[in-house]
Amino acid sequence: MGLIQETDYGTKPSKATALVTLTIDGQSITVPEGTSIMRAAAEMGTRIPKLCATDSLDSFGSCRLCLVEIEGRPGTPASCTTPVGQGMVVHTQNAKVAKLRKGVMELYISDHPLDCLTCSANGNCELQDAAGEVGLREVRYGYEGKNHLDAEKDVSNPYFQFDPSKCIVCSRCVRACEEIQGTFALTIDGSGFNSKVSAGINEDFFDSECVSCGACVQACPTATLMEKSVIEVGQPEHSEVTTCAYCGVGCTFKAEMRGEEVVRLVPYKDGKANHGHSCVKGRFAWGYATHKDRITKPMIREKITDPWREVSWEEAISYAANKFKQIQAEHGKDSIGGITSSRCTNEETYLVQKLIRAGFGNNNVDTCARVCHSPTGYGLVNTYGTSAGTQDFDSVDEADVILVIGANPTDGHPVFASHMKKRLREGAKLIVADPRRIDLVRSPHVEAAHHLALRPGTNVALVNALAHTVIEEGLADEDFIRERCDWDEFAEWAAFIMRKENSPEATEAHTGVPAAELRAAARLYANARNAAIYYGLGVTEHSQGTSTVIAIANLAMATGNVGRPGVGVNPLRGQNNVQGSCDMGSFPHEFPGYRHVSDNTARRILEMDWGVSLSNEPGLRIPNMIDAAMDGTFLGLYIQGEDIVQSDPDTKHMVAGLSAMKCVVVQDLFLNETADYAHVFLPGCSFLEKDGTFTNAERRIQRVRKVMAPKNGYADWEVTVMLAKAMGMTMDYSHPSEIMDEVARTTPSFAGVSYEALDKLGSIQWPCNEKAPTGTPVMHIDGFVRGRGRFIISDYVPTDEKAGPRFPLLLTTGRILSQYNVGAQTRRTDNVAWHGEDVLEIHPFDAEQRGVKDGGWVKLASRAGETSLRAKITDRVAPGVVYTTFHHPLTQANVITTDYSDWATNCPEYKVTAVQVSLSNGPTEWQTEYQAHSEQARRIAPPVAAE
Amino acid sequence: MSHDTKHRLVYMANQISKAFAHDQEDKAVEEISNHLKKFWEKRMLAQIFEHLDAGGEGLDPLAKKAVAALQRSAQPA
Repeated sequence: MGLIQETDYGTKPSKATALVTLTIDGQSITVPEGTSIMRAAAEMGTRIPKLCATDSLDSFGSCRLCLVEIEGRPGTPASCTTPVGQGMVVHTQNAKVAKLRKGVMELYISDHPLDCLTCSANGNCELQDAAGEVGLREVRYGYEGKNHLDAEKDVSNPYFQFDPSKCIVCSRCVRACEEIQGTFALTIDGSGFNSKVSAGINEDFFDSECVSCGACVQACPTATLMEKSVIEVGQPEHSEVTTCAYCGVGCTFKAEMRGEEVVRLVPYKDGKANHGHSCVKGRFAWGYATHKDRITKPMIREKITDPWREVSWEEAISYAANKFKQIQAEHGKDSIGGITSSRCTNEETYLVQKLIRAGFGNNNVDTCARVCHSPTGYGLVNTYGTSAGTQDFDSVDEADVILVIGANPTDGHPVFASHMKKRLREGAKLIVADPRRIDLVRSPHVEAAHHLALRPGTNVALVNALAHTVIEEGLADEDFIRERCDWDEFAEWAAFIMRKENSPEATEAHTGVPAAELRAAARLYANARNAAIYYGLGVTEHSQGTSTVIAIANLAMATGNVGRPGVGVNPLRGQNNVQGSCDMGSFPHEFPGYRHVSDNTARRILEMDWGVSLSNEPGLRIPNMIDAAMDGTFLGLYIQGEDIVQSDPDTKHMVAGLSAMKCVVVQDLFLNETADYAHVFLPGCSFLEKDGTFTNAERRIQRVRKVMAPKNGYADWEVTVMLAKAMGMTMDYSHPSEIMDEVARTTPSFAGVSYEALDKLGSIQWPCNEKAPTGTPVMHIDGFVRGRGRFIISDYVPTDEKAGPRFPLLLTTGRILSQYNVGAQTRRTDNVAWHGEDVLEIHPFDAEQRGVKDGGWVKLASRAGETSLRAKITDRVAPGVVYTTFHHPLTQANVITTDYSDWATNCPEYKVTAVQVSLSNGPTEWQTEYQAHSEQARRIAPPVAAE
Repeated sequence: MSHDTKHRLVYMANQISKAFAHDQEDKAVEEISNHLKKFWEKRMLAQIFEHLDAGGEGLDPLAKKAVAALQRSAQPA
């Protein structure tokens, strides 16, 4: 195993289909029209010296190193900016260009520190390579002239440094920030000799607009922008391709290693979801895997008030299994269950649900998708027939209008946001429906045509009003509807949608969105050649989350925007494997592949394979498990990789439910908030320590590859196998590939998936079967999966969580770029430099009324509870709306959120909580007590000395 | 919302009923009872049946009919 070296062709590939044949250095080559000479040469194996060119960026032509001669043409054009021509004869090397290149290199090197032996880029420096390629042997100008060698380093960013003394001002970093990331944080300041790369307006990197995505570091050909981990450890010696364990974009990375030490994670150019791009989390925030808080030994305790006691794996597994068996013996087989995690692999979640269904003998399995995208499953299955988004990410390249509803891609799905912003810079129009003015509404070179700043909780009214406009103004695609959908159902729906209460003029009273603005947005969406909808948890986490998903699906069908590239309905999944954990049968009502437990055919397939009989009745959802615990009928829970105390709503009720149980088993990297109420702690391992697969938001199954031994001794799937065996099950696998083989033989939509196929194809988007042996990038192309698309009436029903005199403001919650969900990983990295605590965003008007100062402590109270945090005064939120994140346990934002939930799926209504904000001196009594309790609950007894 | 399980189940059943309230009553009752059958665990169903038997206080008329229909279908013929 060596270091994976990706070929840099210097310029991007041409998308043209017409071919051109030319001669380069006497060799004939045929390439697509529009290909650069540099790339054509690279494709035939000739590397033309270059510095400012790299194939992730548009050609720039500034370094003058890649000069070539073309017969019949004057001068020596840059090969990176000169396209090939039919019959062209090119010479990449002769005395003339060699002399020119050497002269250019001399100039570069005359102002460059010659510290190659101690330089962090030694062995991986394009300037060093280019000097070698042009045969530079001397610098006639000497090194004494005016230079930049004393330029001060900028080490403000926690993850990389900027050393301007090594900069050759090739602009690759500036162009990467613009073209790839789309942030425009960097520029070339000054001119001539004084030209220098500048973050913001002569700020340091940390204080600038830089989002720390790493694109500039990756693009830099020298050691000017360099990862601090490389400076500390040295250049890597081998690498492995794996998949990021953060958000649902599912970026592919090369884990570059020295031995078992990670040197850096570098986005992989062939990654189909990220195409070589990354964000601050995936690129840099992997240090949690070796954080000192990591627990690597199993622990047990009789009571949750006892200190933990470290034990052997055998004792911990045996203790947990005996407790579970005892509970079932005393209280029946339905008295225990488990929770799978979207942070874990497909194979791990599959095994946990198998353990519960086949080992526990019930269907009491649920997953964290309960609290995020469960309405997506219900809504899209019932309208289209599949619980998944309709497109691949690349589809956005063909979208002409993009409607973003209740999602904040630049923070939650940053790599896809960069992709989307690129399309917007090319001219696609944007509509944003969100109570907050998210960054997409207005950022460099991107501006939404319409920002529909609706009141929290009124999504259904808004989407229905968009549909009303479409029907009323004759913008529906009747041909599509007649061909692809049930016309009678459409007619019934259209009659409903045409009711006066669904008109923009009527819904304005609920949504606060001016009717004229909404109508204009509807026209823009409906008249587009291709219009795509992207949505997030701002849609699903409502008491009408499912209704909004259905309303969105209706709108897309009514305008014919389903079943081809550039259109569709695209849920942006929060966690890395939300899609996969749902696919693997983590919900209590369905087996892997979204087959209801009452489906006799599906059940028999699994019964035959697993050798047991299975229940045909749905099990408990997480909130129902907690209720049943309070009722004394649900007393044992196996939680793999989830922190329900921090992530789920109404913390006090959650804590009471867990405290009422007799055996809670938590499997995690750290003693999380839920572990405070656990009896058994089984140490988990990070994505770097195991093999498996994740499935991203575009249904793309990708390999996770082990690069180091598990710090805890076992991969997570092996721990589940041990527990299953201790419970009396037969469960034998020697590798996770065998688990995927089992999924494939028992789940029709995964029939063609195997590790062998994944290794061959790189990734596979399900369905993957005989009809689609290499997977399905875009769904519903020739017809909906369910047959005919189904229009379903989605009536607007206002939430019962209402603002009033006691709680006059509406709280909505969300995420921030640098932190990930409950923060268990990112809080244990340098990402805390950007977001060390949750803050409350409040409009200046509401702040002034309450005497709130920016940065001052405020108490946030709802009907469920209260907490204190610092205020941030901003007009990003509208008057009457406040906003916070839930990344930090001491803030406990979910003490505030209520237990109202979606009517169909019980997905919590995180996005609407009536609150009051008042001045505070600091943390509340609850927070102080909570912190004290956490410290008490996490005590680990000192080991008993052997006699 | 109350943390009493029965109150919560009544609330949930009413919420589901509102989502189908636009349908003709027969269809709505069928949709609601199908939903309960498909997604509610048996002890939840037992509790709502028990509550219905005790008068069904708090259940919307549509929810009451749907729970009753499901209870009838769940009973052995």
